[in-house]
Amino acid sequence: MVCRKVVLHFPRESVDKPIVSRLVRDFRMEVNILKASIDPDEAGLMVVELTGEAEDFEQGLAYLETTGITIQPLSQDIRRNDERCSSCGACVSICPTEALSVERSTMEVLFQDDLCVACELCVRACPLHAMEIRY
Amino acid sequence: MAKTIAEINQKIREGKAVVVTAEEVIGLVAAKGEEETAAEVDVVTTGTFGPMCSSGAVINLGHAKPRIKIHSARLNKVPVFCGLAAVDIYIGATECTVNDPLNEVFPGDFRYGGGHVIEDLVAGRTVKLEADAYGTDCYPSRRWDREFTLEEVPDAFLFNPRNAYQNYNCAVNLSDRIIYTYMGVLRPKLGNANYCSAGQLSPLLKDPYFRTIGIGTRIFLGGGIGYVAWNGTQHNPGVPRADNGVPLGGSGTLSVVGDLKGMNPRYLAGASFVGYGATLAVGIGIPIPVLNVDILRSAAVPDEELFAPIVDYSTDYPEVTGKTLGRVSYADLKSGSIEIDGKQVRTGSLSSYPRAVEIAETLKKWIKEGDFAIAKPVNLLPCPARDALEGDE
Ligand code: SF4
Ligand code: SF4
Repeated sequence: MVCRKVVLHFPRESVDKPIVSRLVRDFRMEVNILKASIDPDEAGLMVVELTGEAEDFEQGLAYLETTGITIQPLSQDIRRNDERCSSCGACVSICPTEALSVERSTMEVLFQDDLCVACELCVRACPLHAMEIRY
Repeated sequence: MAKTIAEINQKIREGKAVVVTAEEVIGLVAAKGEEETAAEVDVVTTGTFGPMCSSGAVINLGHAKPRIKIHSARLNKVPVFCGLAAVDIYIGATECTVNDPLNEVFPGDFRYGGGHVIEDLVAGRTVKLEADAYGTDCYPSRRWDREFTLEEVPDAFLFNPRNAYQNYNCAVNLSDRIIYTYMGVLRPKLGNANYCSAGQLSPLLKDPYFRTIGIGTRIFLGGGIGYVAWNGTQHNPGVPRADNGVPLGGSGTLSVVGDLKGMNPRYLAGASFVGYGATLAVGIGIPIPVLNVDILRSAAVPDEELFAPIVDYSTDYPEVTGKTLGRVSYADLKSGSIEIDGKQVRTGSLSSYPRAVEIAETLKKWIKEGDFAIAKPVNLLPCPARDALEGDE
């Protein structure tokens, strides 16, 4: 059995394809959707945990690639350099989960590691480069 | 009960001045009223920390042996302006490294630029100079490669032509594609709304008529001490104002100057905007002497009564249509979401409110400890609305 978390980036054309049901039906995979943000006007993003037999797993991923979906492994860890972060909030409306949020009484930006799905969207959006990828 | 700057400075010297931040003064006015607060408080401190593009530093590199009259040069591969004198250069915050791919693969990262060089210098890190020259009889060298730190150059001062915008837009995107702007990443169809002001702590929002902030005003700049040199470029105090006197859109600006050697990278940091470019995040804090109740009243206007125009950055901003999608208060912007056209839109800020608080608190401490006197402006800045009011009196 293989179990991995990955980020799937959908181009606009693939957003309405029934990929999850095909993964389950044709490749006997278990798909646990951790987070999905699909806006019909832009590329979608889905963070999933995939479980399956090694062979099915490989074929399932190969199938995904044929649909134009980009697969990004979720093995890295995102960390915030607290010294560098100014708590501006430029990352907050970009983060697809609630991992980056604002404590409204002080306007401090909070980073909750356990809610982070390591999609890396904040890494480029942070003007001060405070969000770091740890390999 | 009008006070003079000389009287306030006397109290500062004696350690008796009453100093509060522009956030604290709001509560005081609510509790005691304007007259009593104006009598009691001597100075209100403001603060802001955010990306401020029109920034840069003048550096005198000291003379090489043999001498060189620099014709072109790079600091850490970032080109600098050399058209001043032999070894005087100006490094602009938004200049990119020579080999930066820019937006060739869109959107570019712009990970390093002039703002980052300035931060490196202020942080005490070594910076690499590569200078070229054509050679003259009095300045024969044609090339100078040198590594140096801020300590090692004779003079370096920040000189920012336009900072501290009095109010700013709240940026949104009405198009159906994601856009990358100096107001951050804007998601399609009102996917988010970004603003860039400290609101009730922002220096120029608290002195909307430039009654006390003028040429020569001593300020907190980048963690050190600086001065208002002139009005900033694009200073436009003629925009419409609310009843409380506060401009309803981007209006006045400041040009500021200060010794780079006394500054701190916590308040002067290189910044990058994906798809747009590099810049410098600058921390500025300005003291407002409470000379009379009118000045106090302006300094105490809360977020609920300060408004930013909502502007579409997919069309109206780039095409300069002048159109706005309405106004929103800073209190609403800070709540995390605002309503535009019946849609709830998440807000994000580019300016750091917590760091603005920190700056206003630091300035308060400096003044309370008697280290920082209020400078009387040598000249006030252009502001027809103020002149009209004073003409009425
Ligand atoms: S964008 Fe960067 S600096 Fe601003 S709050 Fe987020 S992590 Fe901190
Ligand atoms: S990587 Fe950044 S944007 Fe993505 S979930 Fe984690 S904190 Fe949020």
